[in-house]
Amino acid sequence: MSDKYTYDAIVVGSGISGGWAAKELTEKGLKVLMLERGKNIEHVKDYINAHKGPWEYPHHGRPTREMVEQEPVLRRDYPLNERTWGTWTSHQDSPYEEKQRFDWYRSYNVGGRSLLWGRQSYRLNEEDFLANAKEGVAVDWPIRYEDLADWYSYVEKFAGISGAKDGLDVLPDGDFLPPMALNVVEKDIAARIKKAYGGQRHLIIGRTAHLTESRPEQNRVQCQYRSRCWLGCPFGSYFSTQSATLPAAMATGNLTLRPFSIVKELIYDKDSQRVTGVEVLDAETNQTYVFKSKIVFLNASTLNSTWVLMNSARDVWDNGLGSSSGELGHNLMDHHFQVGATGLVDGYEDKYTYGRRPTGFYIPRFVNWGDDKRDYLRGFGYQGRAFREGVYRDNSAMGIGAQLKEAITEPGPWKIGANAFGEVLPDHRNKVYLNNEVKDKWGLPVLEFDATIRDNELKMRKDMASEMAAMLEASGVKNVVAYDSEYALGMGIHEMGTARMGRDPKTSVLNAHNQVWDAPNVFVTDGAAMTSASCVNPSLTYMALTARAADFAVEELKRGNI
Amino acid sequence: MNRRELLKMIAAATGASLIGADAMAYVELPDATPLEKTSFSKKDYLLWEAICDTIIPRTDTPGAVDAGTPAFTLRFIHDCYRADQLSLFKRGLVDIEQQSQRQYGMAFTKLAEQQRYQMLSALNDMANATNSNKTAEKGLWQVVEEKGLPPYFTMMKQVTLFGFFTSEVGATQVLRYVSIPGSYDGNYPYNKGDKVWAPEY
Repeated sequence: MSDKYTYDAIVVGSGISGGWAAKELTEKGLKVLMLERGKNIEHVKDYINAHKGPWEYPHHGRPTREMVEQEPVLRRDYPLNERTWGTWTSHQDSPYEEKQRFDWYRSYNVGGRSLLWGRQSYRLNEEDFLANAKEGVAVDWPIRYEDLADWYSYVEKFAGISGAKDGLDVLPDGDFLPPMALNVVEKDIAARIKKAYGGQRHLIIGRTAHLTESRPEQNRVQCQYRSRCWLGCPFGSYFSTQSATLPAAMATGNLTLRPFSIVKELIYDKDSQRVTGVEVLDAETNQTYVFKSKIVFLNASTLNSTWVLMNSARDVWDNGLGSSSGELGHNLMDHHFQVGATGLVDGYEDKYTYGRRPTGFYIPRFVNWGDDKRDYLRGFGYQGRAFREGVYRDNSAMGIGAQLKEAITEPGPWKIGANAFGEVLPDHRNKVYLNNEVKDKWGLPVLEFDATIRDNELKMRKDMASEMAAMLEASGVKNVVAYDSEYALGMGIHEMGTARMGRDPKTSVLNAHNQVWDAPNVFVTDGAAMTSASCVNPSLTYMALTARAADFAVEELKRGNI
Repeated sequence: MNRRELLKMIAAATGASLIGADAMAYVELPDATPLEKTSFSKKDYLLWEAICDTIIPRTDTPGAVDAGTPAFTLRFIHDCYRADQLSLFKRGLVDIEQQSQRQYGMAFTKLAEQQRYQMLSALNDMANATNSNKTAEKGLWQVVEEKGLPPYFTMMKQVTLFGFFTSEVGATQVLRYVSIPGSYDGNYPYNKGDKVWAPEY
């Protein structure tokens, strides 16, 4: 490599999928430039809050009014707090427009949301890849489960996914590390649910991207059960770019990481119908740079990958690179949730838990599965936990003074609760597009959202609440309360679609190998590629898609096809 | 990860901006507003200190005053409460003082421990009677996020408990606090009298 502006490959974004792209491509010998629009976060050293007690934050972790007023989106949910302040992206610098409410939680930093994710890691199942075609929804996936199965194994082994082999078709087993443990109450409720539903419903331990065995070769230590994952893990226990893929990519000597690098557009060459590189705006100096490469991996996160495409080759296509099908920006999905049930579990007064387990239980989908048929399509899974109540509980009967102090400092009864995560159907009407009137801090056009959950999801939500309530009641849980609280698309932070994979360039943006139909040396392997959403947490699938596409890209380069 | 190597790679990046210490994520936040810069007077503080002391007194373990909860909570209220919540809190302080004058003919801070307890207990009962179950279920600190307003005493009680149990004294000397548990036991024995684990926030 003679020219410092020229690389074999450019990876746009450094989150879960970008980290994987960098690791795979560098390990295959390519010289790679990884561009990250935000600042660097150095592993361990920059996790400045990782060892703080609540009293070490100015307001013990809670947001101030100033923060609330400054962040009209972050304040809608947990991202607004003192503990992770500075990691979730500020609306002040990076605004967006909402024709309909869309909660967009971003993290423009090295590592992206790999430092802030929920770490639940599930494979899609065979049906997930078939459902669109069977039901005539959107377009067919161009790949099947068997195309991805080995890649799931490949990424699971490296990332480190703890989980039990449960032997369920609906939730294929993977290459797991030893599982974390259900607690005593969860185990008993699992047995009661199994009995009540004839072995057709399963409460299992969450499959989670945490090491349960140390890996000195990766410089990663097994989970210490602190549950401070979002502060960065000084033990490298959970999978993040910083703990796993970035060190591997760095070790090859083939990676250059450039923070503060906003990719404005991909440079498209009409004659070759290829992208020749990217134009970068330095977020600190506002200078622009051009970097060239043979291939580009877009891993900027679902909506920013789509933004980059929309902002590219506009002299050829009004709506940008990849828009020839008319589907770029469409079919925006999330997982809808904030609906489920809670209840009180009698007994177990002589039991408690030790350690803060960074996962809960999972109840895989059971609706529209096998002989089960509903008046809507697809389904949902539940994520929940059983726990003894602590100091944050109803204290109205405890009075004040010494009596209150004594009562509330002892644990309360066991509670159990589970929140459903439901599949959102791909729908052409759910869309995002450039708003050229509104500009961000760097003068770049912003995204505008026009998407919502619709009839299928609304029907599903009724079952998402009532089925959990029914399972708890069937297991002898008391005071069962079903709930359906505020949800808007995006709140699941599982945004997917907008540059879907497909079989036909007329109806999809990407082909079966995540290549942009309109520029085959551009690969999009983050959530934008998803043709449908399944109901399971999606990050593991992005990892597998990325590793698969990187392998294909390198082969295609060798063959001289791209 | 080899830090030196990472920095070298970043420095080698073409035209890369310097990665300065001021550009770190996980921002080190400025301290809460000092008490003297809030709108609370010395008199307010002394009254509030007496209220906190009555809600969470010192027993065989430290109480709210030992934990610095009165000052923390006033600074917290100043920085975190909405204007309507702040003014409700202040009306509450005025009301408690007036009730004390009416009932006992002297300042709340001058009352005997038992008198303070009786007065605030009555306020607590009244507040509970007004609260829906939902308000009570909402948890200690979320009162800050509520759109409506609870009775002022509910707010006072909740913020005191929040401030106390997230303080170093409250978390480590009154509750049980473990920074690095190292393992998980989902079948851990519990004996009556064992304290709860301290909340993380």
